[in-house]
Amino acid sequence: MLHLHENLKTTTTPLRYDGHTSVFLPAVATIEDVKTETALEKIYTVRLPGGQNLGHVPGQFVMVSVPGVGEAPISVMSSPSRTGETFKLCIRKAGDLTGVIHLLQPGDQIGIRGPFGRGFPVDTFRGKDILVAAGGLGLAPARSLIDEVLDHRSQFGRLIILYGAKNPSEILFRDAIAEWEERDDVEFLMTVDRPDPTWFGHVGVITTLFPHVEVNPYKTVAVTVGPPVMYRFVTMELLGKGLTPEQIWLSFERRMKCGIGKCGHCQVNHRYSCQEGPSWTYAEALAFEEAL
Amino acid sequence: MSLYILPKERLPEFVRALQGNYRVVGPVKTEHGFAFDDISDPQQLQLDYTTTILPPKKYFLPQREVLFSYHTEQGDNGRQRIEMRPVYQGVEPTVIFGVHTCDMNGIMLYDKVFSEGFRDEHYMERREQIYVIGIECLHPCDEASFCKDMGTLTAPPVYDLHMTDAGDFYFVDTGTEKGERLLLDHVYVKMAEKEDIQKLGQILSSKWPRFRMRLKMSRDQTPALLTLGYQAKLWQELGERCLACGSCTNVCPTCFCFDVIDENDITLQNGERVRVWDSCQLYEFALVAGGHNFRESKASRVRHRLMRKGKYIKQVHGLIGCTGCGRCERACLVHITVPGTLNALHEEMQLEPGV
Repeated sequence: MLHLHENLKTTTTPLRYDGHTSVFLPAVATIEDVKTETALEKIYTVRLPGGQNLGHVPGQFVMVSVPGVGEAPISVMSSPSRTGETFKLCIRKAGDLTGVIHLLQPGDQIGIRGPFGRGFPVDTFRGKDILVAAGGLGLAPARSLIDEVLDHRSQFGRLIILYGAKNPSEILFRDAIAEWEERDDVEFLMTVDRPDPTWFGHVGVITTLFPHVEVNPYKTVAVTVGPPVMYRFVTMELLGKGLTPEQIWLSFERRMKCGIGKCGHCQVNHRYSCQEGPSWTYAEALAFEEAL
Repeated sequence: MSLYILPKERLPEFVRALQGNYRVVGPVKTEHGFAFDDISDPQQLQLDYTTTILPPKKYFLPQREVLFSYHTEQGDNGRQRIEMRPVYQGVEPTVIFGVHTCDMNGIMLYDKVFSEGFRDEHYMERREQIYVIGIECLHPCDEASFCKDMGTLTAPPVYDLHMTDAGDFYFVDTGTEKGERLLLDHVYVKMAEKEDIQKLGQILSSKWPRFRMRLKMSRDQTPALLTLGYQAKLWQELGERCLACGSCTNVCPTCFCFDVIDENDITLQNGERVRVWDSCQLYEFALVAGGHNFRESKASRVRHRLMRKGKYIKQVHGLIGCTGCGRCERACLVHITVPGTLNALHEEMQLEPGV
């Protein structure tokens, strides 16, 4: 019955306090660095108490708190391979909480709970070609996987990264992109929906990149992260390349208030995305009607 | 466990004795109907009540519950510092009198939800301090009840004590040692004799014909019915009728969804993070940053509620998510009912009569 809670693992909670534990009490973390990425996104380097390792896997998320404002789920941007005493979050200014987070500076404290959820099963990806299709801010959670692959490059086959941004000003991680474009062992393709005069690259939605890549369906896993509207179309392209639903991983964004499979907000049919997700195979997603 | 006998005229004395050590709550009469409330005078206790507006879930999962308090200030380095301390709210020993069998089934589900997987200490600490004293339902509450359909007409194993009205006395069954201890030192509480037990059997078996069945299918068939009817036209119809007010989920003994919000004091430096009851029927429930709403239409939200009640909760926790208490039916302003919905679905799907 309880497939729900199979892989419970969280390092920062629960904390014991006066003999009690509370899964709702965040760890007090400190922002070590803030880097402005675009007009909308900033990258935060966060340090847990005592420099404790977050202990996450790619694709997991943490609940980020600013006491007095609220709490929201944010995907971890760092790969485990690049997570020591600190980890990184790429946060878009999208609401009240993230608006306040954007005002924070190095030295400010925030609350962190987690990591929560099921990430991408990287161990099963070894030896295979990895195709990452990321739309918009989806490149942040995707990076937790991309960097993990790059840091263990010989353990994986081809690394294909397809990235779609709305317009050139919203392109994330330009340093990393420059590196990916440079490397022989990364196949990187990028497109924007709405070009401006500075843009000389590919124009169109992310699916327009697919005709430009060859995929060996015999040994490829695809990971798709982006806005809800993207999944249906990217999945069709991947199926068209010969991938089976089991080879396609998706990450589901949902409203989340607890992270522990109780508050009900993230439910996709009967399943809690905060626990059993946010990463699902397309085969799993097909089994529930509310997924896509 | 053991069966005792409590003379009815001694009930006030029993309640008063409990009040010495416990907060005692139970069904009382209000101008809007019966409600669970604190008992100051034992005469207020109405054990032959019909139904209460809210189920006793409010003692298990308060409408507003503090999870932790926080303090923020500018530290020596000029940057924001945070202090947080967990709060465990409402953990004084409490005796809840007169819990109907449907509501005990709701409590059984809550116990599973908050103990399985991530253990919710806020719930569990409070739960350990609560004594459930059930009352056997001998008559249906009203026309909205369908407890017999949902199989909640017998007491599940969550009670500490369970009472059955036998005319001039109550049978008191002990469910736990903790419950049995409540009966100690009361000389008027006697062990039941063999012939008493026979009488209890008669009372329990003769109650069944008084309860009617309302569903066209059996309880065990509701998950399959909802699977078949996921795309039914019915949901559109209900969506057009539903006001998305959330009354149904507020009064539901198995609804446990909550929101988590921060409440600041006037300095904006101190406050509490609280959880409050939430409702999947409200527009914002599945709305994410950026504006995408995973259940934008009322039809999808009504369907989600019924799916949870009749299917999803069972898939996750093994218990059906409806107790047949009828509260959502009484609270609904546009007469959307669980039996009405399931029966209409049964009809639309052109299924045979249930077995």
